[in-house]
Amino acid sequence: MDYDSSVPIYLQVMDAIKKQLILGKIRPGEQLPSTRTLALDYDVNTNTAARIYKELELQGICFTKRGLGTFVTESTEKISEIKDEMANKVIDTFIQEMSGLGYNYPDMVKIIKEKETK
Amino acid sequence: MSILQVQNLSKAFGNKYAVRNVNLALTAGKIYGLVGPNGSGKSTLMKMIAGLFYPNSGSIMIMNQKLNIESKEHVSYMSTEPYFYNYMSIKTVGDFHADFYKDFDMNEYIRLIQFMELDMSMKVNNLSSGMAAKLKIAANLSRKTKLYMLDEPLNGIDLVARKKIISAIIEKSNDDNIMMISSHLIEEMEKILDEVIFIKNGDVVLLGECEKIREEHKKSIADLYLEVYANA
Repeated sequence: MDYDSSVPIYLQVMDAIKKQLILGKIRPGEQLPSTRTLALDYDVNTNTAARIYKELELQGICFTKRGLGTFVTESTEKISEIKDEMANKVIDTFIQEMSGLGYNYPDMVKIIKEKETK
Repeated sequence: MSILQVQNLSKAFGNKYAVRNVNLALTAGKIYGLVGPNGSGKSTLMKMIAGLFYPNSGSIMIMNQKLNIESKEHVSYMSTEPYFYNYMSIKTVGDFHADFYKDFDMNEYIRLIQFMELDMSMKVNNLSSGMAAKLKIAANLSRKTKLYMLDEPLNGIDLVARKKIISAIIEKSNDDNIMMISSHLIEEMEKILDEVIFIKNGDVVLLGECEKIREEHKKSIADLYLEVYANA
């Protein structure tokens, strides 16, 4: 995985995991790899990997079963919530960038509509 | 747990300081990056900790013990220079280490040699520079010790092999040990580092947790490196 330089690495890996969850590559309730395996999968150190699970847990995305490991949430509601959240972030960036180029809302809507018909 | 403590450490060659008044306190369970351009004092600092250079002043404590023959056993130091004899095979290199270090784990060595895609029967003489570098790392990581110091482990190594070496370092690091890695290849290293130590003209100029530094400065360690050393 390529990392964006200025964003903390744990946030970038968290986003990557969230995307896999949204796309169904990780199923609700599925067990996640151990922190050591996660570290090797993403080439990060094990402390970063542990932090990723801790933060995901704080956001209610995964939970630990003592002695068994880390599992993702079974709640499909939670997963669609994450999806909305990530979509909103993309849209916010889009709007911000487009506004920076001098587009107003009707123009943006028009451009998107045109893309659809193509 | 404090593994390494360095206080007011200085070393001069002639009237030029290679390391000046360095203070470090490194705790177990972390990967530390020692970064700086050529000639900034990285290797001199490592060599003093390994007991190969005698400091002009200051002290080094390993596992709360002054650096001596006993406490030196906790250090696995990999120098940049190749130090194997040409007549040796990869197997002899393992036996050689096993004779020198009682914490050398031959099974681990066999595993790492396989992982690095080397072969026990290869002769040191016939190894490419990349292979020799991989062998050096395998030999040093096969010890079961507290402080691993790897001086430029990625030097002269192709991308695929670099990935292997980085994986081996991640695998080896645990809650009881420290990895101290010097490198110019910051971009490659920064994602695996917990903390970074910037050294410039023998002085430690910046020291801290990588994620915090990234957040505070809003840039990567690699970009910050360029900034710190732009006028060096």
